[in-house]
Amino acid sequence: MARQMTGAQMVVQALKDQGVEVVFGYPGGAVLPIYDAIFQQNDIRHILVRHEQGAIHMAEGYARSTGKVGVALVTSGPGATNAVTGLTDALLDSIPLVVLSGQVPTFMIGTDGFQEADTVGITRPCTKHNWLVKDTAKLSEVMHQAFHVAKSGRPGPVLIDIPKDVQFATADYTELPAARTAHYQPRTTGDAAQIARMVEMMETAERPLFYTGGGVINSGPRASQLLREFVAETGFPITSTLMGLGSYPASGQNWLGMLGMHGLYEANLAMHGCDLMLNIGARFDDRITGRIPDFSPKSKKVHVDIDPSSINKVIRTDVGIVGDVAEVLTEALRQWRARGSKVNKEGLAKWWAQINEWRAVKCLTYKNSTTVIKPQYALERLEALTKGMDRYITTEVGQHQMWAAQFLGFEDPNRWMTSGGLGTMGYGLPASIGVQIAHPKSLVINVAGEASWLMNMQEMGTAMQFRAPVKQFILNNERLGMVRQWQELLHGERYSQSWSESLPDFVKLAEAFGCKGIKCDNPKDLDDAIMEMIRYDGPVIFDCLVEKHENCFPMIPSGKPHNEMLLGDAETQGVIKAGGAVLV
Amino acid sequence: MSALNIKKGSTSHSAYELRDPNAPVIESHTLAVVVDNESGVLARVIGLFSGRGYNIESLTVAETDHASHRSRITIVTTGTPQVIEHIKSLLERMVPVHEVHDLTVEGPSVQRELALLKVAGKGEHRIEALRLAEIFRANVVDSTLESFVFEMTGTPVKIDAFADLMRPLGLVEIARTGVAALARGV
Repeated sequence: MARQMTGAQMVVQALKDQGVEVVFGYPGGAVLPIYDAIFQQNDIRHILVRHEQGAIHMAEGYARSTGKVGVALVTSGPGATNAVTGLTDALLDSIPLVVLSGQVPTFMIGTDGFQEADTVGITRPCTKHNWLVKDTAKLSEVMHQAFHVAKSGRPGPVLIDIPKDVQFATADYTELPAARTAHYQPRTTGDAAQIARMVEMMETAERPLFYTGGGVINSGPRASQLLREFVAETGFPITSTLMGLGSYPASGQNWLGMLGMHGLYEANLAMHGCDLMLNIGARFDDRITGRIPDFSPKSKKVHVDIDPSSINKVIRTDVGIVGDVAEVLTEALRQWRARGSKVNKEGLAKWWAQINEWRAVKCLTYKNSTTVIKPQYALERLEALTKGMDRYITTEVGQHQMWAAQFLGFEDPNRWMTSGGLGTMGYGLPASIGVQIAHPKSLVINVAGEASWLMNMQEMGTAMQFRAPVKQFILNNERLGMVRQWQELLHGERYSQSWSESLPDFVKLAEAFGCKGIKCDNPKDLDDAIMEMIRYDGPVIFDCLVEKHENCFPMIPSGKPHNEMLLGDAETQGVIKAGGAVLV
Repeated sequence: MSALNIKKGSTSHSAYELRDPNAPVIESHTLAVVVDNESGVLARVIGLFSGRGYNIESLTVAETDHASHRSRITIVTTGTPQVIEHIKSLLERMVPVHEVHDLTVEGPSVQRELALLKVAGKGEHRIEALRLAEIFRANVVDSTLESFVFEMTGTPVKIDAFADLMRPLGLVEIARTGVAALARGV
């Protein structure tokens, strides 16, 4: 007694069965039947975006702040191609998304029809998997499989391309339990023998270090909890990638801060000097490793990753453990405790003494000003005034993103949404809306640069329409700050095209959208202005005019190892050799 | 002024040297990949190689189990051991991939390729071509008064050797299937 329904109804039914509450999308000719089905129900909320890229980033923000799968719906052709950047972003950051795209009817595929694009061809390299469904009878099962693939193993975006005639035609609906997913079952349990090797190494290591990443957050809250227990009981220091911030609290005693190109001095030197590196759910990204041959030369490396292809991809590891972080940590903790919770206390004490020397450098020190707002100061104040609040932070990409990672403290996972792998300018505003839709009562702030923010500013319309009171905290230096910084360090201070000319008046722009605009250019007024932003019940565009030529430090120059990082007051001219200039 | 001194052709560099400059030897491996026979699966596999700059020396694909819609892709690829391992794990994590076998390391295997060679010539050349074909156990599958088409099956090396011999005798055209391979024994 299978239920008969149209393809469009199947889409909606499958979304309901998967527990989907919100879909971010934009209608068009090839998805009209699905929009018709959405119109005739009240269970799934549709958020109408202003550009399909915005829909994907909103779904990403939604997914990252909830741990659920984000869903977006776009039309064929330009709708699908506009989604490509977001899909790639989600692929690189391992964010589970299901994206549905319309397609021209099956009998027109290949004719260069109106709004036809080879969507599965275009999105093949930027999705974890994708499907072109040519038969309505298969549609509901593919929908269920898509959710399974998106969230299983290493999460990622998947896309289903649905021709219009498939949406209209009728067939039997495959109920969720009947959908075949057995074939794709990535391994989640780590090899106990390998975990035993890791535990043994932890007992004797003199200079151990936890290096954690987004995998801890993707594994779920239990992984963060286990990590905290492990750190507390071992007393090991811990650092994290940009993607992993919040899995261990920034206020935690053993926290060294973020590592990497703009990571903290103590974190990077600990990476360089450790004798046991415990990589939990990170992937040795090039922002982290610097020069590969000089990367942490004296350490044994343990790598826990759910994706076997991440292990030994970039850095040779001594112990590779394929598995889900929470499962591996559970077993590792069990073994370690069963063997008597041993650590090398003497070595560890010396190691902490060394780390505390590095900490004493206070690498985030900057020269403050009484007349100009320093971007670091703006973020320090934002942190001080919002600390302890039910707060979510998104960012755009560039200097402000790195400063936010350095100066804002994250106490919990899923509170920090930033485009890590792809570095997508224009991510933060739509992502903040997606977060706010998921958490309507929380304070959601997008820390932005003015140039990034302009890339998807049309989404303020979405924020207004759906009453998402997102706060757009724009550190406006009238520059493409990070580009300008690299031009200063690498290209003889020739600032080619890196300033923001003809910027809009952000306060008037806010008024034009019907929201609140705040402008602040004086450090003395900053606290009041930030409080005004927080208190306002609705979206705010905060134009924070900051020092125009501030550089983001510390910085590991391209092609340099961790122990050759630049600090704020360092002489920076000529430090990057010609060989490093070719790197990004 | 070329202050950056970027070598020609080096603009395709990725962010950092991902491959060890003192890399160990480049090895050739034969991989057998069992996949769902669904549209786009070949593009997915090939895209994995092209997208990451890995080599495909030879590629053979056909449906091998009609009932369960399975195809077998045989790929000969080259790279350092680290690259080969990476390729295998990338293949294994793909959704439509069921099995990945590295026939080069999993034990002895048989590898065969089929080739068709068109050789045109008269007189002594023609007789010599036929004589060599017999030695190599190539069959004549088409003949005119001035040409033969030989069919031969063998390892890629054997086909190379035969093609080299045919070249001075009037080799016009050659078509090869790429390698199909199976592990020996059960």
